[in-house]
Amino acid sequence: MLSIEEVIHIERLARLKLTDKEREIYRNQLNDVLNYAAKLDEIDTSNVPPMYHVLPVTNVLREDIPRNNFSLEDALNNAPLKEEGFFVIPPILGGEE
Amino acid sequence: MDLADLTAHELLTLISKREIAPKDVVKSCIDRIERCEPLIKAYLYIRDPEEIINSVREDMPYSAIPIAIKDNILVRGLPNTCASKILSNFIAPYNATVIEKLKEKSFNITGKTNLDEFAMGSSTENSAFGPTRNPWDLERVPGGSSGGSAASVAIGSSIWALGSDTGGSIRQPASFCGVVGLKPTYGTVSRYGLVAFASSLDQIGPITKDVTDCALLYSFINGHDPNDSTSLNVEPYRYSPLTGDIRGMKIGLIKELLVEGIDPSVERCIRDAVKTFQDLGAIVEEVSLPHISYSVPTYYILAPAEASSNLARFDGVRYGFRAGGKTAEEMMSNTRGEGFGPEVKRRIMLGTYVLSAGYYEAFYLKALKFRNLIAGDFKKAFERFDVLISPTSPILPFKLGEKVENPLEMYLSDICTIPINLAGLPAISIPCGFVNNLPVGLQIIGPVFSESRLFEVAYGFEQAMPFHKRRPQLGGNTYGV
Repeated sequence: MLSIEEVIHIERLARLKLTDKEREIYRNQLNDVLNYAAKLDEIDTSNVPPMYHVLPVTNVLREDIPRNNFSLEDALNNAPLKEEGFFVIPPILGGEE
Repeated sequence: MDLADLTAHELLTLISKREIAPKDVVKSCIDRIERCEPLIKAYLYIRDPEEIINSVREDMPYSAIPIAIKDNILVRGLPNTCASKILSNFIAPYNATVIEKLKEKSFNITGKTNLDEFAMGSSTENSAFGPTRNPWDLERVPGGSSGGSAASVAIGSSIWALGSDTGGSIRQPASFCGVVGLKPTYGTVSRYGLVAFASSLDQIGPITKDVTDCALLYSFINGHDPNDSTSLNVEPYRYSPLTGDIRGMKIGLIKELLVEGIDPSVERCIRDAVKTFQDLGAIVEEVSLPHISYSVPTYYILAPAEASSNLARFDGVRYGFRAGGKTAEEMMSNTRGEGFGPEVKRRIMLGTYVLSAGYYEAFYLKALKFRNLIAGDFKKAFERFDVLISPTSPILPFKLGEKVENPLEMYLSDICTIPINLAGLPAISIPCGFVNNLPVGLQIIGPVFSESRLFEVAYGFEQAMPFHKRRPQLGGNTYGV
């Protein structure tokens, strides 16, 4: 059974602020899903290779030629806060507004 | 019967014979939008009707056949919300490759259709902007996540539509709404400009009224794209008229998908479909795919894992909704906590957990091994069979609210469609019957790149059993046949 502390730990890894009520709900629902996923223990898969991709894909490279099809204005158009061609965010360190 | 009830290819023929004016089709769809949209709510955004009418060009026939686009496929200048609060004010700055391809043919877009938030769900109830309703019964869900696209095609508020399919999100709503939906072979349709959910599983595909339209629309959107590194450089599918000749074809009925929790009336429709295929000269036998029952737990580890990584980009910095916070990190956590809905949060939590230190091998790596086993089952089956069949959904369209409280039960209803994404295969859903005036879908699955074969099998069935000609009689208000 997933503990509340574990839920808070995942929440921090995911940068996802939850309410106390949500933590309790997700704790129960994640447990349901994870218990169900234990079905995968029924078969010994130690000799089965993992399949990361269904088709034989390899890295795709292209010539390093700049393609100028996205203007600064386009890039900033959806920004919640911008100034002089930059995205503006709260301070990375400390708590001063 | 109005023009909005016809298929694209029927309308194109009428236009080329000059029996109807191109603008009449568009007007018929707009009329349908005005009458049905308040009840169905298939759209999140509808273009100005005047603009849609003015986009019709006499020399470009496809401009007369309105198309609806799922609201997770970018159309430059139009909103793209993914049915999420976090993107509620986002305007797409560029076109998805599939949209570029459609624009080359002057396709006329009606608007952006509703979905489960970020395409996570099977009922379109997870939309932050309210659910879409099933045109066959307004008390029921249209399926999901491409529920808006499927409902729109069924009701004629568009003639055809694009959806996206990660675990059944095109096929299951097509089944629930009595229309046709194709999940193409992974890598045949560019994902550039599709908001990523689970990148190794996502594919864009058509939702249409019949198989011919499906083949036509697929021929327009498939093909290699250098902007998508998983796009395959293979000979693209080109449309040619279908014959429906399936004599001598070997069809495998997947045994495991006809047991566990299936609605008996759905099973009856599938058994009837088997008889139809036999009458058409095909050979149908049962086939066992022993690992297919592990598909749901495998999927619900892999898809959330990929989603938790893909959705990291929604942090309130460059676009979308932003919540307050004293530091950047606090702002990001608050933004995501307030901006995402319950199902998206649940999957981010699940995905982060299975990828976190100490659990990666027990869950994620193990699921990748099962993915291999499941794909292997299909490979083996295709040594003996040309195509495989199953129900698209084991259950009939369910009532709104019926499964919201129990996510696991909702997940289990995806059992028939999920394995196909895990194996990267193409599959089409077509109407194969009605139970109490609710549509039932048949899924036809093929090996990679076998789309043309799927169209032939589906077309053969459709011509013999024309369930696709039925139209919903919305609220006793008769539009259809």
